[in-house]
Amino acid sequence: MTLSSQQQQRIVIIGNGMVGHHFVEQLINSKADYHITVLSGEGRLAYDRVYLSSYFTGKTAADLALTDEKTYQQWGVNAVTGAWVTNIDRTHQVVTTKDGTSYPYDKLVLATGSYPFVPPIPGNEQEHCLVYRTIEDLESISASAAQSKIGVVVGGGLLGLEAANALKSAGLETHVVEFAPQLMAVQLDAMGGALLKDKIEALGVQVHTQKATEVIEAGEQCRYRMKFSDGSHLETDMVLFSAGIRPSDQLAREFDLVVGERGGIVIDNQCITSDPNVYAIGECALWENRIYGLVAPGYAMARAAVASLTNSEGEFAGADMSTKLKLMGVEVGSIGDAHGKTPGALVYTYHDQPAGVYKKLVVDETKTQVIGAVLIGDTSDYDTLLQYALNNIALPDAPEALILPSSGEKPLLGADALGDSATICSCHNVSKGDIVEAIESGSCSLGDIKSCTKASTGCGGCSALLKNVVDAELEKRGVEVSKAICEHFNHTRQELYHLIQVENIETFDELLEKHGKGLGCEICKPAAASIFASVWNDYILRQAHQPLQDTNDTYLGNMQKDGTYSVVPRVAGGEITPDKLILLGEVAKEYNLYTKITGGQRVDLFGARVEQLPAIWQKLVAGGFETGHAYAKSLRTVKSCVGSTWCRFGVQDSVGQAIDLENRYKGLRAPHKIKFGVSGCTRECAEAQGKDIGIIATENGWNLYVCGNGGMKPRHADLFATDLDDATLVKYIDRVLMFYTKTADRLQRTSVWMENLEGGLDYLKSVVIDDSLGICDDLEAQMQHITDSYQCEWKTTIESPEALKRFRQFVNSDETDSNIQFVTERDQIRPATSAEKYAGQQAIPVDII
Amino acid sequence: MQAQAEVVTTWNDVCHTDDLVTNSGVCVLLEGKQIALFKIHIEGNTQYFGVSNWDPVGQANVLYRGIVGTLQGNIVVASPLYKEHYVLATGKCLERDDVGIQSYEIRVEQNRVLVASL
Ligand code: SRM
Ligand SMILES: Cc1cc2nc3c(=O)[nH]c(=O)nc-3n(C[C@H](O)[C@H](O)[C@H](O)COP(=O)(O)OP(=O)(O)OC[C@H]3O[C@@H](n4cnc5c(N)ncnc54)[C@H](O)[C@@H]3O)c2cc1C
Ligand code: SF4
Ligand code: FES
Repeated sequence: MTLSSQQQQRIVIIGNGMVGHHFVEQLINSKADYHITVLSGEGRLAYDRVYLSSYFTGKTAADLALTDEKTYQQWGVNAVTGAWVTNIDRTHQVVTTKDGTSYPYDKLVLATGSYPFVPPIPGNEQEHCLVYRTIEDLESISASAAQSKIGVVVGGGLLGLEAANALKSAGLETHVVEFAPQLMAVQLDAMGGALLKDKIEALGVQVHTQKATEVIEAGEQCRYRMKFSDGSHLETDMVLFSAGIRPSDQLAREFDLVVGERGGIVIDNQCITSDPNVYAIGECALWENRIYGLVAPGYAMARAAVASLTNSEGEFAGADMSTKLKLMGVEVGSIGDAHGKTPGALVYTYHDQPAGVYKKLVVDETKTQVIGAVLIGDTSDYDTLLQYALNNIALPDAPEALILPSSGEKPLLGADALGDSATICSCHNVSKGDIVEAIESGSCSLGDIKSCTKASTGCGGCSALLKNVVDAELEKRGVEVSKAICEHFNHTRQELYHLIQVENIETFDELLEKHGKGLGCEICKPAAASIFASVWNDYILRQAHQPLQDTNDTYLGNMQKDGTYSVVPRVAGGEITPDKLILLGEVAKEYNLYTKITGGQRVDLFGARVEQLPAIWQKLVAGGFETGHAYAKSLRTVKSCVGSTWCRFGVQDSVGQAIDLENRYKGLRAPHKIKFGVSGCTRECAEAQGKDIGIIATENGWNLYVCGNGGMKPRHADLFATDLDDATLVKYIDRVLMFYTKTADRLQRTSVWMENLEGGLDYLKSVVIDDSLGICDDLEAQMQHITDSYQCEWKTTIESPEALKRFRQFVNSDETDSNIQFVTERDQIRPATSAEKYAGQQAIPVDII
Repeated sequence: MQAQAEVVTTWNDVCHTDDLVTNSGVCVLLEGKQIALFKIHIEGNTQYFGVSNWDPVGQANVLYRGIVGTLQGNIVVASPLYKEHYVLATGKCLERDDVGIQSYEIRVEQNRVLVASL
């Protein structure tokens, strides 16, 4: 055969959703020789629809992208975006897009996915009636939510509840309207649905079941009014339809491929449609009268189609639809035949109403196989049950033990119980055998295994199981499974904390000698320094600690992009006298520093060279200022509102409280920075609920909130205790903060710590309020020690000639760093850009002061 | 044996060993160039290193203020700005191939630190 006689086969794929993209990836991996054309109907290439909702928590379109043009180019794939296909000429084997471009094919793949079903309710086409499927949809939802107070989601299925969560986090009063008598009717039984409803309502989302909407008309208080068939109505500013999906099978209908009675392009086990040259995969395909609305089955279809095209083994043989998810913090799991519809099926149930936990186990008539399960409120048994179900593992004699609260006798299904063929990751069809193989051929960390097998890079649902299997396999091979902080210590931060405390270790050298190796690094050194500070609280620039500190801690200031530092004196509670304000102004003027009010109710002076810092702080300390620890992983600010002293609504002295708290906790070194807010009444002008520790005044005392966060991933603080008096408030904060300091991971804010704390808020309450661990006395004593041993690091530094030696740019010269140059903008300095430095225009090298 | 061209290295006295900080860095100015000096105490030995103080990624003269440590067997400094690691002995950047820094030979004689001219 000569090259010219053998024309390269052309494959055209319509749709570049998750499945279409997976198909391309698999085809490329198969090394088959095809010329591939991808026609994406959307204005962009494939992205991760499964994690679409994370767009609302800060992910961008770029974060969600599954591929990019460059990758496709490198693969030799011709990818066209905005290419909506309108015509298929099956006789001549050509497809045409709406702009008239034609693409001839030898094989055609339909991966057109599905579209949201919008019930035919009059009024459903109005501006603020939206759907939830694409990035553009999310943009419209965000825009609409910004102009709305109340939002309704139509549809109480999996996607509907996810949409409701999005509206709720956008700050809307949120309702879910469901036609069926229960939520998630596909995955859950009636009992499970009812419990889920209670839980979701407890979180502030109102659920209305058995409501059929008749019309959406103009509202009286809100933009719209939804009228229901039972005569009731609900007012809302926006409506989000999430009432199911319909397969995008228009092309198949128009061009005479066989479709199912209720839609979907009919395919066989090879994913071939009624035309042998046309395949269909993903949510547009109908296999044995089923549409699969999940990504893993779609991926399996893509693999089957590639196998068929490359004449290799593999067919589509149906797929598991089990799901485990967290909906607004409520754990929900559903496996196999959740409704127990299989003839002869037997059911075990466990219901703990006070704890809000419901578990149902469905077994076959011989009681030897798991065929289904429902888990609400606690999905810790999900992985085990799923493995029993998927791999037909024989049940123990008393199957109920599998769902009973751990009595100690629970037959734990360790990774070892799984056979090599057991599927670990269904998204990427990775079996335990594949993982073992990857380990044998040299992968020796979870990260390695993820990147070479792709396991756990789809929906992520298998990550805990994957980790178990990997850890177990590595341990079997004598590889120690590392929870270590870095290559120098085989310990977690928490373990180091214990070692330092128990063995009275005071220096890094001692710690390294006893428990580590090498010289340390920029991960373990500051972590150790922080623990030393939390435990012993001595001066952080003590000779032995100095080399451990991050530059910010070494120079007691935050390094800026040009190598200068910022100066942030503490202004407790944001209260400042005119004299102190004047001093700040004088110092800034004298040293020509850029001055800005920070987001933390204080003043930041920027542009100080390292050798200027001591003189600047000398003046500030003399004027009564202390360091603000803006550089440290420690208490930053306690934001206050003006409170009852001046404000006509205030019920307590929030400023006084804020100042007292800031002074109490100011020296505390912690795993990450800590911020407080104190508001004088429920109007919450200090934004206390966005802080690690939030305090809101009530008529009777103080409400305490914990573990809030602003920043990259905002989290509202949880209400921890109400109407506390001053002494109890301080006691609880002492305990919470010290417990956090002892147990959190390095660089873990309180919000993330809380989210990872087993047992969550209730557990923290039991430790802090009920003293369930019996450690509260210790926690308080330790906090008292830290408070008592506080010293202003800047004051100590300027009094120590030895420490001052470090504040020099050059040890052999008094010159300054000539690269630091400023220009004037809006009457203050700013760092010169490199172009400005180069041009030398306007740049004013700073005089030595 | 082959005859070799004699290379004469000029050694510049830059500071006293007391000016250095163990397991940390300081900076000296030598003919307009900023050189970061490190004194590393490891496994019972003391070693001295000199590298350019210019952080090529952060574009600022800050490397002497980075944390030193070991990584994959190399003694390194982590840039205080964006945390790239530079091998002190060679100036090689462990994370990026497109940047690196000048390294200088260092010698200590009678408590004086000497830096070789390039
Ligand atoms: C100066 C300031 C901005 C301003 O001009 O207002 C600021 C500046 C910096 N912030 Fe901030 N943050 C400042 C208020 C905030 C706030 C608002 C607040 O505290 O009320 C937040 C959100 C609230 C929160 O933390 O929960 C905030 C969230 C962050 C984050 C994200 C934290 C997170 O958990 O997601 C970082 C990054 C980090 O810490 O890893 C950060 C990091 C930084 C760093 C340290 C970045 C850096 O490494 O250079 C900036 C250096 C400051 C400097 O040189 O002094 N900054 N930063 C504010 C100083 C407040 C103060 O007086 O101490
Ligand atoms: C918010 C949300 C959350 C989800 N969560 C999960 C989850 O947790 N787990 C899970 O397994 N699944 C989840 N899913 C479902 C999952 O996203 C889908 O199963 C998966 O995306 C299906 O992939 P697909 O390629 O078949 O279809 P799609 O991803 O819909 O892609 C089809 C593409 O084809 C394009 N197209 C259609 N017609 C044409 C045409 N005529 N010409 C050109 N292009 C065309 C469409 O524009 C679209 O881009 C979720 C879905 C959503 C919306
Ligand atoms: S938001 Fe970003 S740029 Fe602004 S101060 Fe904070 S860290 Fe710096
Ligand atoms: S099962 Fe979805 S990523 Fe593994």
